[in-house]
Amino acid sequence: MLHTIALIVTQTAVLLAFSPFLIGLIRKVKARLQLRRGASVLQPYADLAKLFHKQPVISTTTSWIFTATPYIVFASILTAGLLVPTFISQTPMNFAGNIIALVYLLALSTFFLMLAGLDAGSAFGGMGSSREAILASLTEPAMMLAIFAIALTNGSTNVSTIVHKTALLEGIVTDPSPHLMALAALFIVALAETGRVPVDNPATHLELTMIHEAMLLEYSGRYLALLEWAAGLKLAVFLSLIVNVFAPWGIATTVTPTAIGIGLLVYVVKTAALAVFIGVIECMFAKLRLFRVTDLLGVAFILALLGLLFFYILRS
Amino acid sequence: MLNLLWLLLGGYGVGILLPLCLSGRPGLQQLTSNVAAIVGTSTGVILGLLGLTSSEPVTGSLASTIPLLTFAVRLDPLAAFFVLTISLVGLAASIYAIGYLQHFEGRTSTAAIGSLFNAFLLCMTFVVLADNAFFFLLAWELMSLLSYFLVVTEHEKAEVRYAGLFYLIMTHIGTAFIVVAFLIFFQGTWSFSFEAFRHPAQPLPEGMKTLVFLMALLGFGTKAGIIPLHVWLPYAHTVAPSHVSALMSGVMIKTAIYGLIRVYFDFFGGQFPWWWGFTVLLLGTTSALLGVMYALMEHDLKRLLAFHSVENIGIILMGLGAGMIFQAYGLRELAALGLLAGLYHTINHALFKALLFLGAGSLLYATHTRNMEEYGGLLRRMPWTGIFFLIGAMSISALPPTNGFVSEWLVFQTLFLSFQIPTVFLKLMLPIAAAILALTGVLALTCFAKAFGISFLAQPRSTHARHAEEVPVSMRMGMGILAALCVALGVAPIVVVPLLDQIVAPLAGISIASKVLAIDGWALAPVNVEFSSLSTPVLALLLVASAILGLGLAVVLGGRLTTRRSKSWGCGITLTPRMEYTATGFVQPIKRVFSTIYQPTVKLETEFLAESRYFSKRRHFEFHIEPIFEKYLYDPLVAFFGTLADRLKVIQAGSLHLYLTYMFVTLIALLLLAV
Repeated sequence: MLHTIALIVTQTAVLLAFSPFLIGLIRKVKARLQLRRGASVLQPYADLAKLFHKQPVISTTTSWIFTATPYIVFASILTAGLLVPTFISQTPMNFAGNIIALVYLLALSTFFLMLAGLDAGSAFGGMGSSREAILASLTEPAMMLAIFAIALTNGSTNVSTIVHKTALLEGIVTDPSPHLMALAALFIVALAETGRVPVDNPATHLELTMIHEAMLLEYSGRYLALLEWAAGLKLAVFLSLIVNVFAPWGIATTVTPTAIGIGLLVYVVKTAALAVFIGVIECMFAKLRLFRVTDLLGVAFILALLGLLFFYILRS
Repeated sequence: MLNLLWLLLGGYGVGILLPLCLSGRPGLQQLTSNVAAIVGTSTGVILGLLGLTSSEPVTGSLASTIPLLTFAVRLDPLAAFFVLTISLVGLAASIYAIGYLQHFEGRTSTAAIGSLFNAFLLCMTFVVLADNAFFFLLAWELMSLLSYFLVVTEHEKAEVRYAGLFYLIMTHIGTAFIVVAFLIFFQGTWSFSFEAFRHPAQPLPEGMKTLVFLMALLGFGTKAGIIPLHVWLPYAHTVAPSHVSALMSGVMIKTAIYGLIRVYFDFFGGQFPWWWGFTVLLLGTTSALLGVMYALMEHDLKRLLAFHSVENIGIILMGLGAGMIFQAYGLRELAALGLLAGLYHTINHALFKALLFLGAGSLLYATHTRNMEEYGGLLRRMPWTGIFFLIGAMSISALPPTNGFVSEWLVFQTLFLSFQIPTVFLKLMLPIAAAILALTGVLALTCFAKAFGISFLAQPRSTHARHAEEVPVSMRMGMGILAALCVALGVAPIVVVPLLDQIVAPLAGISIASKVLAIDGWALAPVNVEFSSLSTPVLALLLVASAILGLGLAVVLGGRLTTRRSKSWGCGITLTPRMEYTATGFVQPIKRVFSTIYQPTVKLETEFLAESRYFSKRRHFEFHIEPIFEKYLYDPLVAFFGTLADRLKVIQAGSLHLYLTYMFVTLIALLLLAV
C-alpha cells in the first residue's frame, strides 16, 4: 500500500516536474537549428512561476465553466498520465483504465477546452474550438486502431501491461512491421494531439493559424499557467506512451531502488531524445493548411489499419 | 408481485380517467394526472427491481372472449429490466411535467395530455410484459397510436401535423412487418403464446427463420429508428411536448431493442448464423455514424437530440450485433459481454437522452424557441438547467466518469475481443467498427460542445435568451433525478453489472458477472484482467484528487487569488452577440471535410452598394444538407404508390351499386375457392 502511494506520488512529481523541460528542450532545439541562441531550456519553468503570480483577468461574458476549465483540463491530463508507465513498467494505477480510458480522459479535457473557447464570446475562441473539433475527430479513430494493432501482439489493452510484457520480451513477434506501422501512426497522432507543427503551431498568435492557442486566448495568470502546464503534461504523456510502448528497454520492471533509479535516468534520456526529434521535425516542415491536415491524419489511419492487416496476415 | 402490477394498473388507470372527469380545471387536471403517473411509475420501479432480483419469472394471465387472445404477462429479468427503464424515465418525466405543463395551460387540453401520457406509459409497460403475441401487438399498436396523439398535441401547426402523419405511416409499416414475423411463428405452432414460440413442436425451417429475422429487423428497426428507417424520428420527436419526447426518445424506441432481443435470443434461443449478427452490427455502425453526422448539422436543439437517438440506438445494436456474432461462433462469454454492453447502453441512453430532452424542454419553456442560434449565455440565467444539461452532454459524449463512458467502453471491449473469432474477415471488420465508434464518439463530443457552448455560454443571442428565467422546482427535480442517476450508473458499475447479468445469463446461457467484475468489483475487466480493465470510481477519485492538486499548486505558487473582470479581447472594439461564433460556423470544418456524406448546397447572394462593389448592402446565406434517404429512397417509393393509387382510382367510381357488385363477386369467388 505504502509502495503504491509512493509510486503514484513519484510518478505525479516526475510528470509535473519534467514536462516543462520537454517544452523548453523542443524550443531550444528549434532555436539552434534556426541559428538562434534561444532561451534557456529552463525558461518554461520561469514562465510558469511568473504566470502563477500574475493577477488573472477574466472576461465579463464568461461563466463558471471558464474558471473551472483549467482545473478540469489539468486534472484529466494528469489522471491520463497516471495510466501511462513512465519510469516503471507496472504503474500502480494500471487497473484503473486501459488505453480507451486514456483516450476518453484526453477527450474530457478537449471537451472543456472547447467550451472555454466558446465561453468568452469572441470569434477567436470559437474558431479554435471548431478547429480542435475537426482535428480530434480525425485523430481518435487512427489512435484507436494503432493501439489495437499493438494490443493484439501483447494480448492486452492496458498500456502498463503492454509495456511490461514488451520489456520482459514476452510475446514479441518476429516481424516488427505491424509495430512499425502503428508507431508511425501513433507518432502522427501525437503531433496532432499535442498541437505541434505541421498540424498546429504552438509559437503562433496569428488568427489564421492557431488552433490550441486560440482556445486559450482569453486566459491569463494562474489559469493560463495551469493550461500551459497541462499542455506540457499532454506532451509528456504522449512521449512516454510512444517511448515506452515501442522501446521499453531500461524501464524498471521491479520495485527496487536501483531499478527505479536506472528507470528514471533512462526515461529522461529517451523522452528527451524524442523531444529533440520533434524539434527537428518542427524545423523541417511548414505548418499545413487546416484542410490539408486531414490528408496527414488519413495517412495515420491507413497506416494503423495496415498494421492490423499485417498482423493477421503474418499470423495466418 | 402481481399485486404490485394491479397497483401499477390502478395508478395509471386513475391517471387516465380522473383528469377527464375534472373538466374546466386545468391546474387540477394536470396535477392529478402527473401524481397518478408518479404512483404508477414508482410502482414500476419497484416491480422492475424485484423482477430483476427474483430467481423465477412471475407469470399471470386473464382470459378474454376474443379467440387466441389472452392477457398473459410474464415478468422475467429481461422484461423487468425494461419495466425498470420505462418507469425510471417515466418517473422523472412525470415530476417534470407538473411544472412543464403549465406552459400548455390554456393553449391545449391538459386533461387530454395527462390522460394520454398515463395511457402511453401503461401501454409501454405492457409491451414488455406481454407473454402473448396478440396481446403484445395490441399493446404495441396502442403505444404507437397514443404516442401519435401526443405528438400532435400542438396540431394547429402544419409542421406538427406533417410530423404526426409521417410517424403514423412509418410506425404502421413497421407494425406490419412485426405481424408477419409473429404470423410465421403462429403458422408453426398454432398458438400466439410466447411460450409456444420458444418451444415449437417442430422447429421452423431455415428459410422461415431467416424471414422472421428480416421481418423482425425491419419491423422493430422502424420503431428503433435505425438508418434508413429513421426518417420519421427527427420529425416526431421534435414536435412532441418535451416530456413526451423524453419518453419517446428515451424509452419507446427501446421497446424495439426489447423486441429484437426477445425474438433473437429468447424465441430462437440464440441459434442463428453469424451473418445475422453481422447485419445487425453493420446497421448499428451505419446508424451510429450517420446519426451523429446529421445531428451535427442541426440547429434545432430537439431535432439534434432526435438524431442522437439514431446514433445511440446504433451503438446499442453494435453491442448486440457483436454479441450475436460471438453467439453464432459459440463464444458464449463474449456473446454475454456484447449483450451486457448493449443493455447497459440501453438504460444509460434512456437516462441521458431523457435528461437532455427535458433540458431542451426547459430551454423551450424559458425562451419559446428551439433554435440554438437564439440561445446563448443561459448558464448564468438558468444555472440548474445548465448543470443538468452539462451532465447529460458529458454522458452522451461518453466522458469519464459518467454512465455513457462505461457502456461505450464495454462496447469497445466487445469489439476488440473479436480476435477470438476464427474468420479473418470478421477479425478485421470488428476493429474497424471500433474505429468508427471512436469517430462517432468524438463527433458526439463536438456536437455537444456545440449544443452546450452555443446555448449556455457567451452572450445571449436574442431578447428571449436575455430575459430567460430558471424553470420551476418540479422541472429541476425531474432533471436532477436523471442527472444523479447518470453519474451513479457511471461510478457504480459494481451494482449494475450483476443486475444486468441476471438478464444476460439465461439468454446467453452463461453468467459472466464474476468475470466482468475484478478486484472485488472495483474494476471492470471484461473476460480477463490481463486484457483490459477499467475502474470508474478510482478514475473519479483520481480526477478529483488531481483537480485539488491543481488548486493547491495554484495557491502555493500563486498566493491569494485576486481577479479582475474585463471585456473579452475584440481587437479594440466591443464584442456584440452578433460577432460570436454561431452553431453553423462551428461545424463548418466538419461539413467541409465530410462533404461527400452531406452533399451540402450553399447559396450566398450579395447585394452591393451602387457606388462601389467594395461594400455590400445585404447578404443572403442559405445552406442545406441533402436528405439522401428521403430523396433517393422515400420519394421514389411515395411517387410509386401515388401513381399506383391513381391507376386504382378507376375502380372507385363512387357508385354504391358498383361497390355492392364488387362485394358480391368477391363472395362468389371466395365460395368457389372454398369448394
